[in-house]
Amino acid sequence: MHAAINKYSSVCNATKNILCGCIKRHSSHFVYHPERISNELGKTSKKNMYQAINSAMDLVLSKDPNSVVFGEDVGFGGVFRCTSGLRERYGKDRVFNTPLCEQGIVGFGIGLAVAGTTAIAEIQFADYMFPALDQLVNEAAKYRYRSGNLFDCGKLTVRTPCSAVGHGALYHSQSPESFYAHAPGLKIVMPRSAQTAKGLLLSCVRDPNPCIFFEPKIMYRLAVDDVPDDDYELPLGKADVLIEGRDITLIGWGTQVHVLLEVAEIADKDFGISCEVIDLVTILPWDKQTVSNSVKKTGRAIVSHEAPLTGGFGAEISASIQEDCFLHLESPIRRVTGYDTPFPHVFEKFYLPNKWKCLQAIKELVNY
Amino acid sequence: MFSAEIMLKRLINIKLFKKQYMLSSTISANIEDAVLQGINKVNYTSSLDINEPSLNSPVPIFKILNDAGDISSNCKSIIIPENDELIKMYKSMVLLSIMDKMLYESQRQGRISFYMTNEGEEAAQIGSAAGLHFNDLVYGQYREAGVLLFRGFKPEQFMNQCFGNVDDLGKGKQMPVHYGSKNLNFVTLSSPLTTQLPQAVGSAYSFKTLKTDRCTIVYFGEGAASEGDAHAAFNFASTLDCPIIFFCRNNGYAISTPANEQYRGDGIVSQGPGYGIATIRVDGNDILAVYNAIIKAREYVMTNTRPLLLEAMTYRRGHHSTSEDSTAYRSKDEIEQWSNKNPITRFKKLLEKNNLWNDQNEVEYVNETKKQLMQSFTIASKKNKPNWKEMFNDVYHEIPDNLLKQMNSLEDHLSKYSDRYSKE
Repeated sequence: MHAAINKYSSVCNATKNILCGCIKRHSSHFVYHPERISNELGKTSKKNMYQAINSAMDLVLSKDPNSVVFGEDVGFGGVFRCTSGLRERYGKDRVFNTPLCEQGIVGFGIGLAVAGTTAIAEIQFADYMFPALDQLVNEAAKYRYRSGNLFDCGKLTVRTPCSAVGHGALYHSQSPESFYAHAPGLKIVMPRSAQTAKGLLLSCVRDPNPCIFFEPKIMYRLAVDDVPDDDYELPLGKADVLIEGRDITLIGWGTQVHVLLEVAEIADKDFGISCEVIDLVTILPWDKQTVSNSVKKTGRAIVSHEAPLTGGFGAEISASIQEDCFLHLESPIRRVTGYDTPFPHVFEKFYLPNKWKCLQAIKELVNY
Repeated sequence: MFSAEIMLKRLINIKLFKKQYMLSSTISANIEDAVLQGINKVNYTSSLDINEPSLNSPVPIFKILNDAGDISSNCKSIIIPENDELIKMYKSMVLLSIMDKMLYESQRQGRISFYMTNEGEEAAQIGSAAGLHFNDLVYGQYREAGVLLFRGFKPEQFMNQCFGNVDDLGKGKQMPVHYGSKNLNFVTLSSPLTTQLPQAVGSAYSFKTLKTDRCTIVYFGEGAASEGDAHAAFNFASTLDCPIIFFCRNNGYAISTPANEQYRGDGIVSQGPGYGIATIRVDGNDILAVYNAIIKAREYVMTNTRPLLLEAMTYRRGHHSTSEDSTAYRSKDEIEQWSNKNPITRFKKLLEKNNLWNDQNEVEYVNETKKQLMQSFTIASKKNKPNWKEMFNDVYHEIPDNLLKQMNSLEDHLSKYSDRYSKE
């Protein structure tokens, strides 16, 4: 894992100057910032996020004969194509459809993991994960603890598409990470790119703890990176500092990282404000140290996520910063998030914590 | 303009015409082959019938031993265990029953926080345990201590768990009776009902793909069968062809709720065919019937790589748990009536008739067992609790930074407020 961290830090440092490589997409509320090519990770190919995720599962299935991929409609390739070709390559006993029942999918996955099988379960949309909340929170999260480590389901990974997609409305847009972040025992991860998706998914699958892997679905096709062909892992529980700055720390994850990267660029260019941008990457257990170090340096912080404000994970981060960095803070911590409403259909552009809302917050805090 | 009368006539004519038209188009044969995904060859019917559930012909209960301890002469090709095994089965039932009384009393005295007895269900537990292979993985609910006992869990291990002392395999984290043993292939129990069912299916799938000679068995009560997870598990096990035995203990009550407020079908066994699952219904108070049913069920699931649903009809003679008094919702007469069907007595009669057991054996075994259990109880009660730091272990495989920090903060607190925390 250490080797992976070292390899990765070179990728992160290099992303300081990635803004020139960004791709404009008029259909979305953000600009995708591709990852830099890392020679240390070997030969790469252009892949979008679903292809990178497919490549990760392909590697798992080929290297670990006792591993399976299952969920609703994964057999024919998945509604987002993440599992395409896998059933043909590994057989229908290892890549298979389940009945349409989320609590069954997660419970079944726990049982596979208890018996020693590497289980990669898919929930078709994160919005539909709530029927499995009991299995995730009461069972998966507590398996090792309650048995005194006699049994565990560390070989379980639950993948699920999440977050805004432009027109997903109430049940194809949710970012429910904070519901699960209140469950000690789970690991919760959200990648920002094709390159990080592959490395983080491989880490989740091999991590000896049950993991939930949230995939921002808007990036499935839009996020194109140079993705290493080989196997590589990126560290869980470690945040990435993507841009170093002096005046304010911006913290986000998933799609929102790209909003913050663009905001940082505008703030710098138009107002001379130097932003430090952090991708939290892992929601649970999260990298408090990297966040604290950054805020102690800049004295200001904004946490931004698509999920609603109240009870969102931004509240956890803000409270923690306040506790750890009280003497260094020069303004209140601000949360720029979705509103405390269900995720709306036609009002999405007003709902999202977009770059202009973030920019307004930055200016207000710097002038506080 | 038409008058109202003409209008009416016209309407009548149209109606008549329609009727004639439809009559003339009637087809003589009304049976066609239907091509429907997931349904085997099926016919259409022209007769509009409501398909009533067949509640008047419930699935019969397989039984070998009568209340007098005689083996029914109608039973063909049944397996009777060797004498040593029969005695082991009987002793396990008696031991379980004595341990139950002792731990139940200890809870009433406040020495342990909670307990659940197995009274009335000893045969269902021990009979099934005896019919399984040791390697078969067991998932339970919380009234399966007999299965664990039969597999070799020692009385002191049960007690260590109930006291949550240093030798509890679960390290003192769960409420009493939430047992588990890796060595004995018995997955640690949890309180949320039915969550273990789809999990057991997953493990069975794993055994299937690894081509091991193992199946899973999952125990649950008839109340738990109402949970959504039961539906999930039955359906997954069937569509994914998993070698699993679903063992339902239908004891008539889920806490205070009688079974007729729990479901309106023919018990749990009738659910099997709807999922395409084979079934057996057995007398849960007849240890030989349960034993034979499990052997047959196991052979079925392993040979066909298919699930089987087994419903053991029994009666929960004890209270639901130490937290309630069941006479608040059921009569003493009813309890008394079932005590005559005590599965231990029934089995004892069989052993006595075959000169495998007698009153003297009984007195000696009961006295010796009580003595040993008292010793184990005293030892378990005197053992220390695990160190408080254990609270932070096994949340994850490793201890993350936030937990280390919280552990250190508690250590600091305890160094300043140690007098406020009891030393045990």
